[in-house]
Amino acid sequence: MELVREFRDSSRVNIIKEKLEGFAFKNEVKIMEVCGTHTMQIHRFGIHQMLPENVKLISGPGCPVCVTENSYIDHAIELARAGFTITTFGDMIRVPGSYSSLEKVRAEGGDVHVVYSPMDSLELAQRSGKEVIFLAIGFETTAPTIGATVQKAKELELENFSILAGNKLVPPALKVLVEDRNLGVNGFLLPGHVSVIIGMRPYEFITEYGVPGVISGFEPVDIISSIVLLLEMIEKGEARIINNYKRAVRDGGNPTAQRIIQEVFEPVDSEWRGLGWMEGSGLGLREEYSEFDAEKRFQVDVPPPREHPGCRCGDVLKGIINPPECPLFGKVCTPENPVGPCMVSSEGSCSAWYKYG
Amino acid sequence: MKLIKKEGDKGIVLSMGVEREVSLALLPEAEIGDWVIVHAGFAIERMDEEEARESLKLLEEMWSS
Amino acid sequence: MRGINTDKITLAHGGGGKKTEDIIRGIFQKYLNDPVLAEMDDGAVLEDLVFSTDSFVVNPIFFPGGDIGRLAISGTVNDIAVMGARPLYLSLGFIIEEGFEISSLEKILISIKEASEEAGVRIVTGDTKVVEKGKADGIYINSSGIGKTLLSSPPSRYRIEPGDLVLINGEIGLHGTAILVAREELGIKADIKSDVAPLWPLIESIISPSVKFMRDPTRGGLAAVLNEIVEGMNFGIRLWEEKLPVSQEVAGICEVLGFDPLQLANEGKVVVFVKKEDAESVLEKMKSHPLGKQAEIIGEVTDEFPGKAVLKTTLGTHRIIEQPMGELLPRIC
Repeated sequence: MELVREFRDSSRVNIIKEKLEGFAFKNEVKIMEVCGTHTMQIHRFGIHQMLPENVKLISGPGCPVCVTENSYIDHAIELARAGFTITTFGDMIRVPGSYSSLEKVRAEGGDVHVVYSPMDSLELAQRSGKEVIFLAIGFETTAPTIGATVQKAKELELENFSILAGNKLVPPALKVLVEDRNLGVNGFLLPGHVSVIIGMRPYEFITEYGVPGVISGFEPVDIISSIVLLLEMIEKGEARIINNYKRAVRDGGNPTAQRIIQEVFEPVDSEWRGLGWMEGSGLGLREEYSEFDAEKRFQVDVPPPREHPGCRCGDVLKGIINPPECPLFGKVCTPENPVGPCMVSSEGSCSAWYKYG
Repeated sequence: MKLIKKEGDKGIVLSMGVEREVSLALLPEAEIGDWVIVHAGFAIERMDEEEARESLKLLEEMWSS
Repeated sequence: MRGINTDKITLAHGGGGKKTEDIIRGIFQKYLNDPVLAEMDDGAVLEDLVFSTDSFVVNPIFFPGGDIGRLAISGTVNDIAVMGARPLYLSLGFIIEEGFEISSLEKILISIKEASEEAGVRIVTGDTKVVEKGKADGIYINSSGIGKTLLSSPPSRYRIEPGDLVLINGEIGLHGTAILVAREELGIKADIKSDVAPLWPLIESIISPSVKFMRDPTRGGLAAVLNEIVEGMNFGIRLWEEKLPVSQEVAGICEVLGFDPLQLANEGKVVVFVKKEDAESVLEKMKSHPLGKQAEIIGEVTDEFPGKAVLKTTLGTHRIIEQPMGELLPRIC
């Protein structure tokens, strides 16, 4: 689409950059982004280099692989060891769990496949006849795709397909983050594609804390103009939610996708790496779809989870510290020998800092 | 990505010379010729060209002041 | 010495990036400590000869633009050619899986014949083994080759200095994406052909003392090669994103799957480091050769960030070109 190029156009970017440079904040202003793709694009376009003085852009828990707790990965590993076919999105393969990783289990003979879409997993189940389990992680953008896949499996009366439920919801995390006085976030860069699904309304509550938010697309023009809009509100002491990705985000989101999420899933309490347990922050399968719930169907012994001592992924995910402040960063924990997921995932903060720095 | 074929709840999108299969389960109202956003093999929303042009215009107005 | 944190080989170890280097330095060089081997160049320079070896396990065996046969010839010919040597003689070792179609074998031999004629090399010795069904994924080929060095001062990365310019003979990422698309695992269709080709004829036309260094960016792409070049050196490399030749289709696939074209494999590309004053004339020579029609000057050697390879983006900002980690994976959001 030619229009994509318009939002990437460097002369436009330069004009907005000038506007960005016009801000003069006396105190530190913290903007937090909570979307893995934003983390990546910001790094890719070097947006940190364009920010005016005193404006800090910090990365929050926007990377779904990063916020997935060790016990989930450990569970997946035990299922692989038990002989099931495990299908997953790419990034998960290398993430270290408490004792091993899916990549290592595959090297030991485990049947672990990377898929691009949950539908690929369904098709694999149909073709191979083997018991296939899909690792269901991701936020509200991915949840409906998994929901639709589960519904298709039900329609096809597929008996050898199930998911290990692990999807998470963004607004509950935002609530914890905005309430954290120590964190002191002044504004949120809100996720682009999560918003495509959920629309604007779920974010309204953060304005009650006096904090503004801007829903942003992923092109340089999108991100920089969104930052400018945020800074303008912060400067004036305004707190609104602005949709700066109108070409993709409808105010009400995508009703079909929302309906599918509601039909297949229900909110459950969920543990996030870094943020701990949060009520209603995850998605579990509804009773009507319990035959597709791998956790219910298959019993495996999962060893007690353990964190690597010294790993501060959790603090990085909360935006409390920057990656280089983690004692393991760049020394013990590097992209080729990662200790925590923030260094593994292509959308992880530590990974972005390592390459960028 | 542009939707160039539609068959039930499946479709083919084209972008920069690359064709991909997508599921239309989340966007059943998509029609051939629509520009769609794709995520994990699913079309999740139509890209609104009008809105895009509006946004660009608004941005230009704001930045020139 | 680099540590190997595992007791089993993983696919990432074969990716051509950091993990491959770990295995080579950590295991192979532990036991094989020949000084020429330690150079870890594309080929071993032995007085006036260059000796190189390569194995081919590509899947699928036949892909748009070529096949494992063409790859086997081009790979070794190019490894020798970039050392500034004329490739002369090749050996071929075949490991064939029981049940492999003879007609496929013939197709492969035809490709081998054509590629060796393009390169002007003779295949003078070979070996064939057959293994049981399931043990060789169709066919594996090893090719080894000897060439004769042409210059008294052969290309070497120790000759690179700030001010030198970086050239490439055409579009990057074609082979990597052609293979991906040919695997049909990602539900993607695109009209992309591998660039696999023996480059000796092109390299022969540009070889001269002002060509400081050459390398063919295969597995791991430009990113892997540039990082290998700057490691431990007192210069850095800056590439200009706007000058990188990337076809629309490759750019499209990279957008969609989240790949970096700099990390994708090439099998018909050579990156050349040239003295600044002679860069334009080398570029012209490349452009006038069929294998170099889309050649570009894509970057410069600088003293600004020693030991690093950096990309100046189209927005004017800079980011580090990182060493590829292991196998490329489609990302999620």
